[in-house]
Amino acid sequence: MSAGALSSPLAAKPRLFSEARIAGLLVLGLIGILVLIIGLPLWALLSKSVENHAGEFIGLANFAQYFSTPALVAALYNSLFVSALSTAIVVPLAFVYAYGLTRSRMPLRNLFMALALLPIFAPSLLAAISMIYLFGNQGFFKSWLMGGSIYGPLGIILSQVCSCFPHAVMIIATALRLADGRLYEVAEALGTSKRRVFFTITLPGARYGLISAAFVVFTLVITDFGIPKVIGGQFNVLATDAYKQIVGQQNFEMGAVVGLILLIPALLAFVVDQQVQKRQVAQLSARAVPYVAKPNKARDRALFCYCLLIGGILLAMLGVAIWASFIRYWPYNLSLTFANYAFENFEPGGWGPYITSLKMAGLAALFGTALVFSGAYLIEKTKGVSPLRRLAHGLAMLPMAVPGLVLGLGYVFFINAKGSVFGFLYGTLSLLVLNTIAHVYTVAHITAMTALKQIDPEFEAVSASLKVPFWKTFLRVTAPISLPAILDIAVYLFVNALTTISSVIFLYGASTKLASIAIVHMDEAGATAAAAAMATMIVLTAICAKALQVLLDRVVFARMQRWRVR
Amino acid sequence: MKWEPVHRKNMRQNIDLEHGFVSIKTKGAQEAESASTAAPFLSVRGLSKHFGAFQALKAIDLDVARGEFICFLGPSGCGKTTLLRAIAGLDPQNAGSITLDGRDVSAAPPSARDFGIVFQSYALFPNLTIAENIGYGLVNRKAAKAVIAARVAELLALVGLSDQGMKYPVQLSGGQQQRVALARALATSPGLLLLDEPLSALDARVRLRLREEIRALQRRLGVTTIMVTHDQEEALSMAERIVVMNHGVIEQIGTPEMVYRQPKTAFVADFVGRMSFLDGEMQGKNRVMLAGQVFDCTDEAGLAPGTRVEAGLRPEAVQVRGVDAHAPNALMVEVEALEFLGSFCRATLTTPGITFLADFSANLMRDCAIGEGTRLPVLLPAEALRIFPARGEHA
Repeated sequence: MSAGALSSPLAAKPRLFSEARIAGLLVLGLIGILVLIIGLPLWALLSKSVENHAGEFIGLANFAQYFSTPALVAALYNSLFVSALSTAIVVPLAFVYAYGLTRSRMPLRNLFMALALLPIFAPSLLAAISMIYLFGNQGFFKSWLMGGSIYGPLGIILSQVCSCFPHAVMIIATALRLADGRLYEVAEALGTSKRRVFFTITLPGARYGLISAAFVVFTLVITDFGIPKVIGGQFNVLATDAYKQIVGQQNFEMGAVVGLILLIPALLAFVVDQQVQKRQVAQLSARAVPYVAKPNKARDRALFCYCLLIGGILLAMLGVAIWASFIRYWPYNLSLTFANYAFENFEPGGWGPYITSLKMAGLAALFGTALVFSGAYLIEKTKGVSPLRRLAHGLAMLPMAVPGLVLGLGYVFFINAKGSVFGFLYGTLSLLVLNTIAHVYTVAHITAMTALKQIDPEFEAVSASLKVPFWKTFLRVTAPISLPAILDIAVYLFVNALTTISSVIFLYGASTKLASIAIVHMDEAGATAAAAAMATMIVLTAICAKALQVLLDRVVFARMQRWRVR
Repeated sequence: MKWEPVHRKNMRQNIDLEHGFVSIKTKGAQEAESASTAAPFLSVRGLSKHFGAFQALKAIDLDVARGEFICFLGPSGCGKTTLLRAIAGLDPQNAGSITLDGRDVSAAPPSARDFGIVFQSYALFPNLTIAENIGYGLVNRKAAKAVIAARVAELLALVGLSDQGMKYPVQLSGGQQQRVALARALATSPGLLLLDEPLSALDARVRLRLREEIRALQRRLGVTTIMVTHDQEEALSMAERIVVMNHGVIEQIGTPEMVYRQPKTAFVADFVGRMSFLDGEMQGKNRVMLAGQVFDCTDEAGLAPGTRVEAGLRPEAVQVRGVDAHAPNALMVEVEALEFLGSFCRATLTTPGITFLADFSANLMRDCAIGEGTRLPVLLPAEALRIFPARGEHA
């Protein structure tokens, strides 16, 4: 017996389809899919931006032309201005709100959390439609603007503040929840003033959350298409510019340049967020004790009033559009009617786009969940081919850094590229489904990874020792245990597929117009009430999906997952 | 691998009296000794494993006889779990070979080896019942349902959980869950049973009981077993042979008695049981100078006179009763401190130049009226003063 006798004749030879090989092949397949739906479209966008009409390489000439066109550069400045101001307003508002949710004993905290999340269930432009009803040409409160116009930066910023609020609150509340209660007890024992505690413990503890929230909001605003389209008026921003270049002037190269410029803040936000998350986790040791607020009547009352006001405004933003959708003739005849829901009067497809949206969202949820969860399982739980698994994880994290509008542009270029074999996909439902899955892949992937990391890492080792292949354990144990997370991913995909506009605006065909796009078209045609009605349908559907999830979680899973109960 | 029966007997008494260990099964150890002359069941040669720049295992050689119960013992990070996982094929080695029952499995995936494994975390499938967990590996072998049910019932009875088959893992206590994990690992009748710190997550009482149960079960089934543990008491009481590891190498392989009584290195002496180390200098063969006085000692390495050494001394080896202060190896000491540990006291004894520990039984404390500050003669038996080369700083 010699040392290192790795190749003795008795050595067990790896079989042709051994588990390790199958896992390796599956990881390769996952990478193939991710490259196809994320990598190649981005590559198409990059290469398009350095080509001329004829498809020849012209270096940075397109960029030079962009920056020498005053109208286009003005849109860039406009975008930066609107995004910076929106961010500066949203982050402090959200901080106080999140502080109330996490650091007070005010009543109804759960309700306020739900209120803050409401705008997520609506397309972003819903806030803009409500703004128009309140402050527009026929708005109730037009006089409040003292001659100013809501159509422009003011309307964009107000609408963006509403639609980005939930994202900021979620991030900051998470950061505030990660506080170590012991620190506060030590500070109190040392006789520290409340003010000093806030500035030396609370604020530094939340700073990573604040930074992260600021970058996320900035990116959301600068890449959003719906709000400036509806309420921007003559005020040009990058997102609407990209749309005009592509759809209006068929200037694909300049569209690609705008897309790339939009990619910059998103990439920056992504990098910052990754760094921030690393530090935030390191901040909280395993021995930390969660902070529990002590009752303080004055503080709790003040925060309650604040949250009531902000939550009320968010509800009103949703409510005004929904109410307006039932109004016969705003603001002169406020009697109620279902006339605005007779979509065949406003839109050639009638109810068609809504049905298409449901189909698209259902398919995206079905296939997206299967792909994301199996993919995360392969990345997290299989052994070997580590470099490939890391590559797959990297690809899965990429969409976070790519705004929907940019990804949509990438799809247009990729599908229409010379010699592309995917041309037949243009305008099909499959393409919209693929694009939607790719667009929201990262958040779903992180949800799946989080759920999988909580499962005992030795399950696969035990299965191997019992000679049970990993896919059987996946189907019999891992997937059933993860059902709540799987449902969460499915609902997330479904809701996003319903509300997304920017990623699909370039991709739909005559027979695959989605509800969210129908809203834009009806609004463009002046049928604002019908647009509000369609938006209402989306909101109701999205909220129903979420409610169904909660119901399933509480009732059905509770019964199915009897094993969770002692 | 020889030890005198008299010593062993003394040792057993010592251990039983002073530490409350469960009894050591010497018969099994003897069988293992004779079995190890036959072809080993498991043979590891030149096994190395590194994680990046960190060398976790350095050219490990190890033979395990059929039916033997082996413990890998060492501090955390010593490579014991890495070695176990390499044997299982879960974390393949970078170099070296593993032969299992005459078959080279060095490159085989875990499923092509023949072992059952139990983890510290139990790793029971939470959504399957106890019976389904135990039958998990059987179902895959396409056995008839009735055959599986019979085998599961048999295993449930084996681990004393006959009426618990329909429950889910969360409904059982930690000890019961670990029994289920054991039954699941044994269900397919593997040739090798691997236990990765199986008792560490349990509370003290359950741990003691399960320790005996695992040992009894293993003897009944005769399955070759490797257990990883950082608990020296566990290793001493369960194993037929102990593999003491540190920094990725094997420090010593031997029966519990050998490892305890004749530790090969200061590390082993320090890690297994309690030992005081006294700085000294060799004076001649088996003669060492400690605090200006020359003692008879046991120096297996035969170090040259003048060598700086450490003399190791177990607390329970210090004799007090009937010691003549002028006898060879006797020493006048003062009791500096007494630590009450229930059935006995651990005394810190001091004399200018050296300080060491001694265990005094409650009887002795009463009979000799020992208290802090008492001066008394003690005897340090030559066979209990074990010489190691000086290590520099030690704990």
